[in-house]
Amino acid sequence: MSHIKGIAASSGIAIAKVYRLEAPDLSYNKNNVDVPEDEVKRLHEALDISKSELEKIKEHTKKSLGDEHAEIFSAHLLVLSDPELIQPIEDKIKSENVNAEAALDETANMFIDMFKNMDNEYMRERAADIQDVTKRVMAHLLDVTFPDPALINEEVVIVADDLTPSDTAQLNKQYVKGFTTDIGGRTSHSAIMARSLEIPAVVGTKEITRKAEKDEKIIVDGIDGDVIVNPTQEELDTYQQKMADFEKQKQEWAKLKDEPTVTADGTHVELAANIGTPDDVEGVLNNGGEGVGLYRTEFLYMGKSQLPTEEEQFGAYKSVLEQMGDKPVVVRTLDIGGDKELDYLDLPKELNPFLGFRAIRLCLERDDIFRTQLRALLRASVHGNLKIMFPMIATLEEFREAKNMLDEEKLKLKEEGHDISDDIEVGIMVEIPATAMIARQFAKEVDFFSIGTNDLIQYTMAADRMNERVSYLYQPYNPAILNLINNVIEAAHAEGKWAGMCGEMAGDSIAIPILLGLGLDEFSMSATSILPARTQLKDLSKEEMASYKENLLSMGTADEVVAFIKEKTNQ
Amino acid sequence: MKEKTFTITSSDGVHARPATVLVQKAGNFESEINLHYKEKAVNLKSIMGIMSLGIPSGAEVKITAEGNDEEEAIQKLEETMKNEGLGE
Repeated sequence: MSHIKGIAASSGIAIAKVYRLEAPDLSYNKNNVDVPEDEVKRLHEALDISKSELEKIKEHTKKSLGDEHAEIFSAHLLVLSDPELIQPIEDKIKSENVNAEAALDETANMFIDMFKNMDNEYMRERAADIQDVTKRVMAHLLDVTFPDPALINEEVVIVADDLTPSDTAQLNKQYVKGFTTDIGGRTSHSAIMARSLEIPAVVGTKEITRKAEKDEKIIVDGIDGDVIVNPTQEELDTYQQKMADFEKQKQEWAKLKDEPTVTADGTHVELAANIGTPDDVEGVLNNGGEGVGLYRTEFLYMGKSQLPTEEEQFGAYKSVLEQMGDKPVVVRTLDIGGDKELDYLDLPKELNPFLGFRAIRLCLERDDIFRTQLRALLRASVHGNLKIMFPMIATLEEFREAKNMLDEEKLKLKEEGHDISDDIEVGIMVEIPATAMIARQFAKEVDFFSIGTNDLIQYTMAADRMNERVSYLYQPYNPAILNLINNVIEAAHAEGKWAGMCGEMAGDSIAIPILLGLGLDEFSMSATSILPARTQLKDLSKEEMASYKENLLSMGTADEVVAFIKEKTNQ
Repeated sequence: MKEKTFTITSSDGVHARPATVLVQKAGNFESEINLHYKEKAVNLKSIMGIMSLGIPSGAEVKITAEGNDEEEAIQKLEETMKNEGLGE
């Protein structure tokens, strides 16, 4: 047996025998030809057969996966009709008197190299699309059979170097229990399709094609990213159990997807998701998210050579708001600095970046950057239910100054004739102990609080969360943290405002009962944690948890808190 | 020759799906149709040409058409840009 680690691309467990999906031998000889016209004719015949096959695959995909996934094949079909690709191939055949195979391969490779060298991941992945379609044409020119996963008719796990979009689209869920590949990442086509088809998949193993032979037994664990070839009986039993547990759990979770989050004693809390880009919204909705509790806008600024324009930002914000409909979307304004740097801003290196010039501190000084973001947000506000949140607020003056800039931009935009929503809530992220201490004063001026636990913990415990030697001080359940959280929630409620949490802690099964008891209104977490959290909350009584509040807040250590909660909630 | 300038409003710029629709639409016309971005011009009937430009959101692009049906081409392509949320 061998154990191989890869990237968990689609969750679930698959146990079956290996089916190796191997690319056909597409090697060819470069020949000189006497009648180039015959080669051009052969080229077009191969193109025509390939197109009709792709049309069939597209129809098949439309039926099994829906229009959106079939789109990729519309693009593939256009590649095969692309005058900028076909004409150079024909020219090459005629001017160099070479066979169609050589002309196709050399021309296509030129384009593939061009796309591979682009500085944009999306474009680099398009190189795979061109490769995929030209391979099909090449197979027809050489008259070799192109692998057809649609022909599989027994239960298998597919092992391949990589799966092309057309391979993945033809997978029949009834027989293909899972797949695993040498290359690929969580965002490659095959991974996205696997999640849509709900087929367990582990990609990027680097070596699975060298470790698994035809008909060997194989386990694919798409939950933890493990692959086991020739498992022992003991391992088989373990994974069979894990598969059964996962299926059972999925059924439980799925029941709650469109349900509100209600505790055993009838209290409603909101479960929202943390996102980074408009593409993440699909996952939020698929997991039953009731809102976006934290939209990190940093990704708009990262990985490029200049600041994003107002239009670019407007487009992204509008897209998220529209996709979420009337569900709330809390957008955090730029939180850069600390561990997140932007080369093009050329900020001086600091000895203590987490205590330095970052987030709102930077935005208030570089108000050109900040105002551009605020304008984009305000303009997008009419497309959904927008709430704006300022990060790293330490003093009331900072909040007032930021709010003031927002109001100024709002006025300007209205004068320019833009429609702006009139009920945009404006709140702050609470991650500095000073702010948590006087939350009562803040609550009079802000519309909401969202507690950012990752930073709140490191600032309260004075422990760098990147430093492993002090990692024991990173204690979410330390009574000091719980008292600060309680202070923020009580302050919000005293002024009729709401309090949420958008750190890792909000999706944690020990923290959830505590936070419920403290009266937290909104829990924002990674999308895949939502259904498990909703399941847990369904069985918790808010009244019971609230009755432990004074006891928990007066405990001495984090260990006491954890032991107490585990006992009370049977964990 | 007819031409029309657009600002790309789609948040992802000109990427696969809307680009596909645009190229399909351009393929329906006889005219020679080009898309100009910065100093480059590519054949709007070429999916790879369009994608190779990597046009971001907020960019200014120009579409030109020359031929018998140039007028109708520009008009239909403008509709497509708007309907696909690509630009205006």
